[in-house]
Amino acid sequence: MYIIIVGGGKVGFYLTKTLLSEGHEVLLIEKDPDKTDLFIEQFGAVVVAGDGAEAAVLASAGAARADVVIAVTGEDEDNLVICQVAKNKFHVGRTIARVNNPKNEYLFRMLGVDITVSQTDYILNLIEQAIPDQPFIHLVNLIHEDMAIVDAKVVSGSPIAGRTIGGLPVPENCIIAALIRAGELIIPSATTTIEEGDDIIAIAHRSIEEDLRKLLMKNYRA
Amino acid sequence: MKVVIMGCGRVGARVAAVLDHNGHEVTVIDINSRAFRRLPDEFHGRTLIGTGIDEDVLKRAGITDAAAFIAVTNGDNRNIMAAQVARNIFAVPEVICRIYDPVREDTYRRLGLTTVCPTTVISAQILDHVMSASTLGA
Repeated sequence: MYIIIVGGGKVGFYLTKTLLSEGHEVLLIEKDPDKTDLFIEQFGAVVVAGDGAEAAVLASAGAARADVVIAVTGEDEDNLVICQVAKNKFHVGRTIARVNNPKNEYLFRMLGVDITVSQTDYILNLIEQAIPDQPFIHLVNLIHEDMAIVDAKVVSGSPIAGRTIGGLPVPENCIIAALIRAGELIIPSATTTIEEGDDIIAIAHRSIEEDLRKLLMKNYRA
Repeated sequence: MKVVIMGCGRVGARVAAVLDHNGHEVTVIDINSRAFRRLPDEFHGRTLIGTGIDEDVLKRAGITDAAAFIAVTNGDNRNIMAAQVARNIFAVPEVICRIYDPVREDTYRRLGLTTVCPTTVISAQILDHVMSASTLGA
C-alpha cells in the first residue's frame, strides 16, 4: 500500500516508523526543513519538506496513486484541507485526519474526511478508565457506524442488580455484549441475572449513549 | 445586513469599516486583540477575540442570523475551514473566503465556495501595467 503522511510531529514520526516496518510504501511530508533532515537520517529518502496542503507538494509526492493520505499536523484546519485536497483533487480513496479539537470530528466527516481520530478523546477515555470507581466508561468509538463500546459498573444498591438481562428496557440501537464478573467474561443470555459488582459491556449507537447511561446508572450517586 | 468578519488585518479592518459606515451590523473576530487597533475610531460594530474555526465563537459572533460571513485571516486553511463551517453548519447565505494559494483557490471554487485569490488578482493587475507600459514603449 502507498501511504502519504502529512505532519512530522510525534504522531507522524511513530506512524511512519511503524508503517515502514510493516512493509508499506510510506512518504512523510513535513514543513520544517530542519526536521526533515533529521527524519531522512533516520528513515532514508522517504521524507520530503513541504506544505502538504499545497496541491503542488501533494502532486509531486504522487498523491494520485496513493491509497491512503493521513493528516496528523497539530492544526485542525490544516488536516481538514490536506484531506479535502487529497480527496477532491487527487481522488485518494481513504483520507484520515487527526482531530485536535473533539468538536471538529462531526464537521470533518460531514466535509468528506473518511476517518477522524480524536486523540484528545482517546486520552480522555484512557484517563477516565484509569480513575478508580468510575461507574460508566466510554471505552472506544467504532469508527464506521458511529457506535461506541461502553462499560457500566453495577454499583452496590443499584436497582438493576438482581434483574435479568431480558428484563432490562434496553434502548434500541444497543446490545449488551458481555458481563464481567470477578474478572470472568460472561456472554449473557436473556435469563442471565445481573449482580452487584458486574461490569456491563454494551455496544451502543452514540446518540443513545446518554439514555443507556441513565438506565444503567439509575439512582447512582457519585 | 448582519455581517461577521474573521480576521482584522488590513483587509478585514477595511471591509469592516466600510460596511459599518454604510449602516450594516458588523462583528469582527480576531485571535489577537491588538488587531482591532486597525479599526477606525468611529467604528460602531462589535469586536470578539477568538478563532472563527470554533463553532462557539462563531455563535457568539451572531453567525446564526448573519447574512454574510467573510474569512480574511492570513491563513488559507483557517479561512477555508471557517468558511465551510459558516456554509455547512450555519447555512450563512453569503460566504466569502480569501485564499492566497491559486491551486487551493481553484479546488474550493469548484467545491462551491465564493473565493477571492489576491495572488492572481494582483499579479494580473501588475501584468496589465507591465504590458501597457511595454506597448507604449514599443
